[in-house]
Amino acid sequence: MNRHLISAGDLAKDDALLILDTAEELARVSERSIKKLPTLRGRTVVNLFFEDSTRTRISFEAAAKRLSADVINFSAKGSSVSKGESLKDTALTLEAMGADAVVIRHQASGAPHRLATWVHGSVVNAGDGTHEHPTQALLDAFSMRRRLGGLDGRRVTIVGDVLHSRVARSNVLLLATLGAEVTLVAPPTLLPVSIDTWPCSVSYDLDAVLPKSDVVMMLRVQKERMNAAYFPSEREYSRRYGLDRDRFAKMPDEAIVMHPGPMNRGMEIAAEVADSPRSTIVEQVANGVTIRMAVLYLLLGGEIA
Amino acid sequence: MIIRNVRILGGEPVDLRIEDGLVAETGPGLSGDDGFDGGFDGRGAIVLPGLVDLHTHLREPGREDAETVQTGTQSAARGGYTAVHAMANTSPVADTAGVVEQVWRLGREFGHCDVQPVGAVTVGLEGRQLAELGAMADSAARVRVFSDDGKCVDDAVLMRRALEYVKAFDGVVAQHAQEPRLTGGAQMNEGVVSGRLGLTGWPAVAEEAIIARDCLLAAHVGSRLHVCHVSTAGSVEILRWAKSKGWDVTAEVTPHHLLLTDDLVEDSPVGAYNPIYKVNPPLRTRADVEALRAALADGTIDVVATDHAPHPVEDKETEWSAAAMGMVGLETALSVVQEAMVDTGLLDWAGVAERMSYAPARIGRLPGHGRPVEAGAVANLTLYDPSVRTAVDPSAFASKSRNTPYEGMTLPGRVVATFLRGRPTVLEGKLV
Repeated sequence: MNRHLISAGDLAKDDALLILDTAEELARVSERSIKKLPTLRGRTVVNLFFEDSTRTRISFEAAAKRLSADVINFSAKGSSVSKGESLKDTALTLEAMGADAVVIRHQASGAPHRLATWVHGSVVNAGDGTHEHPTQALLDAFSMRRRLGGLDGRRVTIVGDVLHSRVARSNVLLLATLGAEVTLVAPPTLLPVSIDTWPCSVSYDLDAVLPKSDVVMMLRVQKERMNAAYFPSEREYSRRYGLDRDRFAKMPDEAIVMHPGPMNRGMEIAAEVADSPRSTIVEQVANGVTIRMAVLYLLLGGEIA
Repeated sequence: MIIRNVRILGGEPVDLRIEDGLVAETGPGLSGDDGFDGGFDGRGAIVLPGLVDLHTHLREPGREDAETVQTGTQSAARGGYTAVHAMANTSPVADTAGVVEQVWRLGREFGHCDVQPVGAVTVGLEGRQLAELGAMADSAARVRVFSDDGKCVDDAVLMRRALEYVKAFDGVVAQHAQEPRLTGGAQMNEGVVSGRLGLTGWPAVAEEAIIARDCLLAAHVGSRLHVCHVSTAGSVEILRWAKSKGWDVTAEVTPHHLLLTDDLVEDSPVGAYNPIYKVNPPLRTRADVEALRAALADGTIDVVATDHAPHPVEDKETEWSAAAMGMVGLETALSVVQEAMVDTGLLDWAGVAERMSYAPARIGRLPGHGRPVEAGAVANLTLYDPSVRTAVDPSAFASKSRNTPYEGMTLPGRVVATFLRGRPTVLEGKLV
């Protein structure tokens, strides 16, 4: 394993499997009545969030605390960062505080790479701009594996705003490493121009792909994309690329539905589909804590008690 | 004064006798006064006509923390330049006779190289109203090149009028070709790397569409167009077509677009997303680099211009999207051109003289520069030793800024001396 987790593409197959297997082990611990492990006692994990994301922050916070690490939440809002402090100065401050790991969420693609050049501790990318979100991909893979058994040869369809999605980028890289067959479905405006170089296939036709999917992952579509002419209207998007009941019925019986959240119910996913027993959306949240425990544990070299 | 043992454009060794700022005589074994402390032994260095940069950001007035006329012209002299065109995007903008005269005078006071101001095309670079181009042309600074560089004159009517208007004083409009609507928030070349890195793309078509339009406009009104920092293979094809029509279109390429590619943003010795590689127009692909080199070799691209763009450290030590765009280039330009063009056999030293001295002086209508090194010519000279290879050391730069993408890279060649009207501005690589 690298010292940092910045891109899902940095994970070799063995690394990725080690994280997933470690998460399985930690999940068993979580079923105990006392969930806390002493493994990262005395270590400091900083949550450095330049973008609001309560879900991801509390997930990392819960993960670090269950491993007995000291957690410092550093939110950019109301801090020196909002007064114009540079990322570098923030990094040097954290360094001086002795952070063993920095979990960073930032609106700029590549901010974790820059941070890693200024701190000695491990950097964990908790989402950078429109680049990557590797722990989301890991928790998605973990959720898929738990439902479907293995990932090798599984057909995963990812639907939505791939162009701006860090979730899609990380998932494509990780799932390719793990041997799954990924198909991206989106209007052509929401795919990068170089999509043919990615390790996946592409389709503009959701209905054609659904019957051949073991997993359908719906991405959040931001309504402001409409103003930049990526698609004509919410209704048209929903009609062509939304997972409604009729489309859900076209999926194989065992196929599952995923969404990284937060959802636009009625836009990319119908409420009935999101709440169906074949949806993993709530499990994904629970699995997020477990996978983040595994990541922190492995990066910081803890030991399972 | 005699400059001994130098090779004009790489020819046979000769001596040059310099008198009253002119090259008085050239030939082997000249006798006469050896000048300052026994003359200057060129030890076989190549003599080029003093280099002329058509595209320099001196930052003064307004951003003296990044560069000043003094440090910028010192940097130019160290790079072998005897004249630079100072871009207009200062603060205040060089859109009046007063500002261009101020910059021009500062250049004369310091005397490291001639500073020829470029005037803004539109007031405040805002693309709405023509600046007083005639007043700048008639000023002491004698402006002939007009550019909103940093911004594109994207309004087609305004561009047409500018092209027409400058005909009255033999001016040229130097266009920063970037369709703004296609490049909103653009961070790097749109392609394989931008897709992977999740950075907003700057598509080649945004440059090519403007170049095509401007060539057609220049032909329609019978005016001169110069295209700044051409960066794509497609632009080269459009320029080749425009020139085949006989239209008066010229173009420049930067040294960095001749050498570097966009995959450095993802994978380089200084780490991914390092803004040292952030520049506008962005670094493109290997295929673009090859097309640009071929175009510079065959004359489709007329000029190498540095787009020297100094920025203070704090504007580059940031996350990618927050960083300033641009690279310093004056002190590495000739070495990069040797690496990309001469050592590859694409251009000889006569070709380098044409692309880095004669052509830019001609396009800028700059008197006294860009003349062949021969008896009677103004002694604007660059002595260059192409035989050494050294690692680029930004701390040795005369520029106030250090934002070079070549730090630590080993590049060929060294500017040994620069002479401005017979007076040395650089000797043995050091400022005089």
